Amino acid sequence: MEVDARGLSCPQPIIETKKVVDKKVKELTVLVDNIAAKENVSRFAKAMKYEVAVEETDYGWKLFLEKR
Amino acid sequence: MNISKEKKSLVIAGSLTGVISVVLVLLGNPANMGFCIACFYRDIAGALSLHNAAVVQYMRPEIIGLILGSMLISILRKEFKPRGGSSPVFRFVISFFVMIGALVFLGCPFRMVLRLAGGDLNALVALFGFIAGIIAGSILLNKGFTLGRSYQQTRVEGGVIGSIFLAMLLVLLFIPSLLKFSTSGPGSLHAPIILSLIGGLVVGALAQRNRFCMAGGIRDVFLFRDTTLLTGLVMVFVAALIMNLLTGNFTLGFNGQSVAHTNWLWNFLGMALVGYGSVLLGGCPLRQTILAGEGNSDSAMSVLGMLAGAAISHNFGLASSPQGPTTGGMVATILGFVILTAIALVIIYAKKKEEAVHGS
Repeated sequence: MEVDARGLSCPQPIIETKKVVDKKVKELTVLVDNIAAKENVSRFAKAMKYEVAVEETDYGWKLFLEKR
Repeated sequence: MNISKEKKSLVIAGSLTGVISVVLVLLGNPANMGFCIACFYRDIAGALSLHNAAVVQYMRPEIIGLILGSMLISILRKEFKPRGGSSPVFRFVISFFVMIGALVFLGCPFRMVLRLAGGDLNALVALFGFIAGIIAGSILLNKGFTLGRSYQQTRVEGGVIGSIFLAMLLVLLFIPSLLKFSTSGPGSLHAPIILSLIGGLVVGALAQRNRFCMAGGIRDVFLFRDTTLLTGLVMVFVAALIMNLLTGNFTLGFNGQSVAHTNWLWNFLGMALVGYGSVLLGGCPLRQTILAGEGNSDSAMSVLGMLAGAAISHNFGLASSPQGPTTGGMVATILGFVILTAIALVIIYAKKKEEAVHGS
């Protein structure tokens, strides 16, 4: 599953991620293009017990979320 | 739970912001108004003759500092990323009503926290309103409300709002005769220019680094029980409270508070409108100001919307005074709720229709 949260203003990246997380998905990637979204989604994912790995891309970051 | 690095940084930044806020009052700013994003845009609108309320006219260097501080630190940290194009005109309209709500209460969320720290219990009523507004806005976000994506803009575009405020600073320093200055009232009370500017620069940089957001702190708690962002807010409150107690600026109660009124209903509703609009915009007036500095054109539109809202508020007698809210202010607040809700519902409806056509 992939969530494209690029260009969305706060807190939509979290809300879009939450919608997928609520479906009990084990693994997903989230695309973000600003630091606040990267930090917010990471914080949210950790609170939901996901491991977060970050990869820098041309547009921003790709976050890999995996259920612990 | 161990304390994250993010949280530690927020504790320091929040405390420092609280201390600076009270110091600015000791240096001359109105009581509980070390910072007030709404009041300061209102004063700037007055200084530029966009309204003629003689008691609230001053080119507040704190705002200039916030924008330039955020801009400088974001350039240094390579976080200056100009973006824009996410419903700019809607953002203008929403910010316009956020300002009207703030001036019915007499403060933005930042000043609400500072008023609480000064013992002003009217701000506690407003806090409940603010939370109610945030919850209402969050429901719309959950239902699919969005102002759409923003896209990359040029660095020149990203720097425009900072350049405008830099120009304001130069006018204030070298051709102040172009501006209006209150000789009485809140607009006449201010710390020395250079100290206000430094206070703004420091808080602007701190807020940029720590993504300070009055609405965000409350939102995270409701959405996923995370108190990281709230920590910053609480520390601003605690530090300002301690400073106020130490310097004898703490007066607990509803009556006799500076630049405040005691009408609980309109304190509640005014701030509810601010919370509602802030969630739809994606950040409180402070956060919009900081994002504008970071090169976000959409937030720069919010800044312009707030300036326009402030001007209209005073030209049409919508802003409250210590005597209480005005009839015009009440009508405008209700109108604000109606218009913001209408915008949101139209957007949600249009999005649902589009998804039905294209398949989600």
